[in-house]
Amino acid sequence: MTAMIEIRDLVKRFDDFTAVAGISLQVAKGEVLGFLGPNGAGKSTTMKMVTGFLDPTSGSIAVGGKDITRDPLAAKRLIGYLPEGAPAYPDMTPASLFAFVGSARGLDRATLKQRIAAVVAETHIGSVLEQPIETLSKGYKRRVGLAQAILHDPPILVLDEPTDGLDPNQKHEVRELIRRMKKNKAIVISTHILEEVEAICDRAIIVARGRVVAEGRPEGKAGGWRFGNVLAEPGRLDQAFRNITLGAAA
Amino acid sequence: MTGTLSVFRREFAGYFATPLAYIFIIVFLFVAGIFTFYVGSFFPRGQADLTPFFTYLPWLFLFLLPAIGMRLWAEERRAGTIELLLTLPISIAGAVIGKFLAAWAFAIVALALTFPLWITVARLGQPDHGVILASYVGAALMAGGYLAIAGCLSAVTRNQVIAFVVGVVICFLFTVAGSPLVLNFFTGWAPPSLVSIVAATSIITHFNAITLGVIDLRDVIYFVSLIAAWLAATVIVVDLKKAD
Ligand SMILES: Nc1ncnc2c1ncn2[C@@H]1O[C@H](COP(=O)(O)OP(=O)(O)OP(=O)(O)O)[C@@H](O)[C@H]1O
Ligand SMILES: [Mg+2]
Repeated sequence: MTAMIEIRDLVKRFDDFTAVAGISLQVAKGEVLGFLGPNGAGKSTTMKMVTGFLDPTSGSIAVGGKDITRDPLAAKRLIGYLPEGAPAYPDMTPASLFAFVGSARGLDRATLKQRIAAVVAETHIGSVLEQPIETLSKGYKRRVGLAQAILHDPPILVLDEPTDGLDPNQKHEVRELIRRMKKNKAIVISTHILEEVEAICDRAIIVARGRVVAEGRPEGKAGGWRFGNVLAEPGRLDQAFRNITLGAAA
Repeated sequence: MTGTLSVFRREFAGYFATPLAYIFIIVFLFVAGIFTFYVGSFFPRGQADLTPFFTYLPWLFLFLLPAIGMRLWAEERRAGTIELLLTLPISIAGAVIGKFLAAWAFAIVALALTFPLWITVARLGQPDHGVILASYVGAALMAGGYLAIAGCLSAVTRNQVIAFVVGVVICFLFTVAGSPLVLNFFTGWAPPSLVSIVAATSIITHFNAITLGVIDLRDVIYFVSLIAAWLAATVIVVDLKKAD
């Protein structure tokens, strides 16, 4: 397996506050990594650095072999990103947003048209395509953000809380979508919904106060997960999460 | 510049997606008309030319263009879309230039819509069309300068009102830098070379020179450098402030 995302000793300081305090991790093609941790742990900050929005204070990030600080444009071409809160231009319609993102990503007319049709079908937003984004409900806005992220069919996907605010049916749909896409992609998703980790992740990392405090994988046929010496029963990831993160805070 | 064209197209279309553009254009044309025909004592002067219009134009731009420039970056940061924008494979310089060019093109559209003034004076008398054309070119360059300044200040804060007020103040300082009021403040204590540098940064001095009917290369270079310097500053400010 080749690492599509490779993070080494990543540190981010805001003035004298350290939000990310030395994170190293790798994500391979065909893998979905769950990025977990309490509020303020540094998940979004890490994702903002991986996608080239924030510059790391120190450490290195390579995506698809391209260094994000030395070769940012090449690296950014490989990434699809759903930022936290799914920001989008309020007075644009999803259709015009896709046209803009597609053109900035260098898709030609025919490809763009075909990709828009594909992502609209996959995220079920056909009915709101010509409606200003500011008038969309939270869930639709999130789906538009997700559609925008996968528009260029990128080999790397970074999704910050992709199912936040979605109804149960849509949560299910998005998980199915991620499962379908993962074969050819390296995917990182942050989430507070632990059943989602069990449903779609191949591996999970728990961060607290800017550090990786545990790494877990599914274990056994029944669907349990093991984080170091903490074993979570199927459906009981929340308890393991509590033990690990509260233990780390102590 | 990577992304300039995509950003330009999005921004330029954006002006006409909201009533803002139309309101701006209507206000601009209305006030320009008032200045030209009433405040500028067009009829008493008995001269069919656009001198009154171009005399008041810098003062009109001074207030109206920061209203266009204030949203360029402040809005991106407030809505969080800057994160979307800067994680696309485009350079910050490309985005800065694309946004600036869109704002500038919009200002030029507004300026071009004052053509009925030109037609009016052409029907009333024999104006010097060369002078008017040169003045329009100068006005377009001047608009670029004001927009570059206002756009940079909009990158400093996410608050559009602050961006507007500070934008007007800085535009004002650049406008009047050559006036006796400002120069008297410097003469006496500052070295004469500094005084002449301050005088040379005046927007109004360069604009007035062009409205005499000759587009001097030095005036063009002045406006182009003014725009380039403020755009370069914008790139730096956007990069520094994008996170907060
Ligand atoms: N621009 C900034 N300036 C100062 N501090 C910041 C900035 N951005 C983030 N932080 C701080 O860094 C820490 C990590 O924030 P981050 O958004 O990465 O957390 P998170 O793990 O995504 O949390 P959540 O689960 O709530 O989304 C927080 O304490 C936050 O206040
Ligand atoms: Mg977060």
